[in-house]
Order: sequence, then structure tokens, then C-alpha cells
Amino acid sequence: MSATTATKKSGPSAGPPKGKPRKPRRAGWWLPYALLAPAIIFEVVIHVIPMATGIWMSFLKLTKMFISNWGNAPVIGLKNYAVALDFNSAVGAGLLKSFLITVAFTILVVGISWGFGMAAAVALQKSFFGRGFFRTLFLIPYALPMYAGVIAWKFMLQKDTGALNHLLYDNLGLPGDKPFWLIGDNAFWAVVIVAIWRLWPFAFLMLMAGLQSIPNDVYEASAVDGAKPLRQWSAITLPMLRPVNMVLLLVMFLWTFNDFNTPFVLFGGSQPPAGDLISFHIYNASFLTWNFGSGAAMSVLLLLFLLLVSGVYLLVMNRRSKRA
Amino acid sequence: MRETTSAKSFRIVVIAVLTVFTVIPVYVMVISGLKPLKDVQGAFSWWPSTLTIQPYIDMWRTVPLASYFVNSVIVASAATVLSLIIAIFASYAISRYNFRGRSLFSNTVLATQMLPGVLFLLPLFLIFVNINTNFGVQLVGTRIGLIITYLTFSLPFSIWMLAGYFDGIPRELDEAAKVDGCGPMRALIQVILPAARPGLVAVAIYSFMTSWGEVLFASVMTTDANRTLAVGLQLYSTQTNVYWNQIMAASVVVSIPIVIGFLLLQKNFVAGLTAGAVK
Repeated sequence: MSATTATKKSGPSAGPPKGKPRKPRRAGWWLPYALLAPAIIFEVVIHVIPMATGIWMSFLKLTKMFISNWGNAPVIGLKNYAVALDFNSAVGAGLLKSFLITVAFTILVVGISWGFGMAAAVALQKSFFGRGFFRTLFLIPYALPMYAGVIAWKFMLQKDTGALNHLLYDNLGLPGDKPFWLIGDNAFWAVVIVAIWRLWPFAFLMLMAGLQSIPNDVYEASAVDGAKPLRQWSAITLPMLRPVNMVLLLVMFLWTFNDFNTPFVLFGGSQPPAGDLISFHIYNASFLTWNFGSGAAMSVLLLLFLLLVSGVYLLVMNRRSKRA
Repeated sequence: MRETTSAKSFRIVVIAVLTVFTVIPVYVMVISGLKPLKDVQGAFSWWPSTLTIQPYIDMWRTVPLASYFVNSVIVASAATVLSLIIAIFASYAISRYNFRGRSLFSNTVLATQMLPGVLFLLPLFLIFVNINTNFGVQLVGTRIGLIITYLTFSLPFSIWMLAGYFDGIPRELDEAAKVDGCGPMRALIQVILPAARPGLVAVAIYSFMTSWGEVLFASVMTTDANRTLAVGLQLYSTQTNVYWNQIMAASVVVSIPIVIGFLLLQKNFVAGLTAGAVK
């Protein structure tokens, strides 16, 4: 981001008089702050204050009895954290299991979504008849309201009335009985597939936007030198997309790890243990038991984990790009 | 430049696989909305026994879909308009002024993606409840509470995208206007905004989609009075019968305005993303 605007401030009244020891503030110096003020105020009210409150709540014994009167909830220090991190207790073991499921979920969803997005972006890089059509088609899952797409999947994944079992067992003739997809161990694969379906078009969109900035003559020059498509991809496309990929992978990681909507709409109240993603787990832990203090402590732990991973990621990436 | 056969077959395989993966749920949604109830209660079939538009008629009666629709339209439109206005001012400051704290503000955008919704959902809910008991301003169960919550969700990304767009508009344009005696606000309204129309459209679509599709906060902060489609659509399955054909019909109806809007304006959206990304 370039910062070249310092001297280009407003009209005739601007410009400090010469010869003064200390530069006086330019007329209208407050304008950018005034312009930003509404944005800052809303972000503070809706995000910063609740977050600070959430951190404070995590030190309270904020159970059902104190909800409407939470000024009186007793401070219990780190006890909520101790319970959440005691993996021998039911609460801690549940949180750990949900965390591990979420790690596996995130790796699969981000990895496959990125792969799909990259494959599609490369496949549609050269112009051919029908390219615009497929580009539009692939963006449909992203454009659909999230719950509409997931509800359609929920219907498809029904055991007896769903399209998936019909396709696999009636049309393709797989042997055996039709399985449940939304109950039991299959619930994990169900939520992975649905999350990929939702996410990959975003990777496609970003990578497609990134590919547009690579000039075509780079490819032509390398083709003259005899480079095959795979080599072109690894030697030109991938390095040129590096800035896009850096942000894209991080954002996809954060969204997927925090994903609440997909399991919530897909499973509703039934909550299969195999699909117990961490945001969903914390939500249920808070709103079903009405123990907000414990829920807040778990959320803070989640935030700390995400901060740690993002920090390490950015550090490693920046160091590597400096060396390159 | 001729394409090698392996590159061509790669392209065909990728497009075929991803087309099937993308289209099947959409097809199931559309076709099931045209089926009679007995079709969706038995084994699935790819084609209805009789094509009917009855689900599109019945769905309004099974749940009060129309009132959810009105709530969603009001909440999403108001959040979009407010978020757009606030984002325009903020992006103008970031793009055209150099001031202390400028880079901090842009980095915040990435940081906001990190916040788990559940972390501030609980406190925000309790703050709203306490505002109600102490000041009598009702924010849970009203549209206003949802509007101010949603506008902040789209705000960071909107500012990031719009500031990138403003950066692409030559400074000479608004400098010239200022030489002609325009104040900074008139330069923004008369010069920059008309030139940034595609970016504004992209940001508006993004904000609208964000509010229209939000589920987590809607599930906690809505009551019968302000329920949005995101929650309302799930109520079809709490009835004694699961009216899958009506759910699918309702899904089609709530999707159509937003899908068409997005797909028509996707070029603006890609341009907005690129503008933000190259900064």
C-alpha cells in the first residue's frame, strides 16, 4: 500500500505558513478522522466492546441464575479455563474432541476447496467457447444464500428420500444398505462435502481474479522455450499467484475453522458427535446449558488458537518472501 | 499457440467433474420444488411423477414466509444502505488522506475475520438484553438490533474493497474539482462517487448477501416479531410433516433475487476484489 498523499491535501487554505518552529496542524486535519468515525463507532460498539465483555465474562461464574443480573455474577478467575482444559473431565474431553474434529475438517475443506478452485481457474484461463457460461455456473454455490444451499444438501443426504443414496445405490448399484449421512460417523463426511461445495467457488473467484493480472506473453515466451503446461503452472502461475494465495489460504482457514452455519443448518438440533465442529460445540455448550462463562472461556481459547496460527503463518510467509 | 492434448483433457475432466458437483444440489432444489408431497416422502426420483406448482402456493401458508421475507428485505436493505454510506466515508479517508493510524485500519480488516462469532454473540446478546432492562430500548427481537449488527459484519471488507477502488480513480480528477472550488465532500459526491459506480455496486451486493444469508445471530436475536428467512426457512421441518417440496420451493424463491443480482454483476465484483488485492 503506497502512501503518497501527504502533500496533496486540500485546496487554497492548506499549507502551513513558513518560518514557524513547530508545524501547526493543517486546516481540516480532523477531516479523515471524522470520515472514519462512524465506521469506528459501530465496530467498537458491536465488536470491540462485546469482545472485551466476552473476555471478562470468561472469568465469571455466569450461569443461568445470573443472566439478567450479571453484574452480580461472582468472579472465579481462571476456573472456567481450568474446566475447559481439563481433558479428563466431560467438558474438557468434549472440547478436545470437537477441536480435533475441527482440525481434520479444516485441513480437508481448505485443501480440497483450494485444489478445486485452482483447477477450475486454470481450466478456464484460456478463452474457449462457453467459458463465460461455466464461470457463471461455478459461482452459483457462492451466490446462493448459505442456508438455501445447505438445506438442499440436507434433503439430498436423507437416508430414504435423499438424492445421494438414490444415486449411489439405485442408479450406480452400490451393494449393501443405504447408510445414514446425518447421523453417526458419516456426519463428518457430510459436513465436509457440504462445506467444500460452499467454499470452493470463493477460491475459484479469488484465483481467477489473480490470474487476470498475469500477462499472457509470459506464457507464450515460456512455451517458445518448450515448457509444458505443468511446468508453466509450477514455474509461472503458482509464484505469480503467491500474494493472492497468502491471503486466500489464511482467510479460508479462519472461516472454515470458525464455521458455525454449515453444521447448524445441516444438523439442526440433532448434533451428531462426528460433526461437532468447534463453534457449534461452543454454541451448544453455552445456549443449551446456559453457562455463558464457560462458553466465553472456550471462545477465548479458540480465538487464542487462531491468533497463534495466523501469527506464525504470517511470520513464516513474510520471512520466506523476504528471502526470495 | 496450440493446446496440448493433455491440457485439453485436463480441462474437460475438471469442468465436467465440477459441473456435476455444482449442479446436482441446485437441480435437486429446483426439481423438488415442483413435486407433489408424496414424491418427496418416498424414494427420491430425478423427475416428478407429476409436475406441479402447488408447493409454491402452499409454502406461504405452512409458515408465515411472507413476513419472514419482509423482515429479511427490510433488514438486509437497511444494513446495506447504512453500511455503504459509512464505508464510502471511511474509504475516502483511507484512499485520499494520509493520517496517523491509516495502516492500522487496513490491517484490522484481516483481524476481524479471525473473531469467532460465538465469542461476541453471547456478550452482544447480553448487552442487548441489559440495554432493554435498563434503558427500555428493545434490540433483541427487533429489526433495528439486527440492522446495526449486520452492517458491522460487511463493513470491514466493504471498506477494504472500496478503498482499493477509489485508489484506481486518478487523483487529478478530484484535485481539479478542488481547484475549481469544491470542498472535499463535494469532490467526493460529484467526482469520485460517479466514477466509482461499479465498486459501489460490488460493495452493495456483498453487504446485501452478507445480511441476507446470516444465520448465527439471527438464530439468537430473532423472535416471531422479526424472524428472517435464514431462521424461518428451517421451521418447515419442525412441523409434524417435513414438507421438503415446499422447503425447496421456498429456497428457490429466496435465492433467485440474490443469485441473479450476483451473477449479473459478477464482473463488478471481480473488479472490486482485484482492486482490493493489488493494493
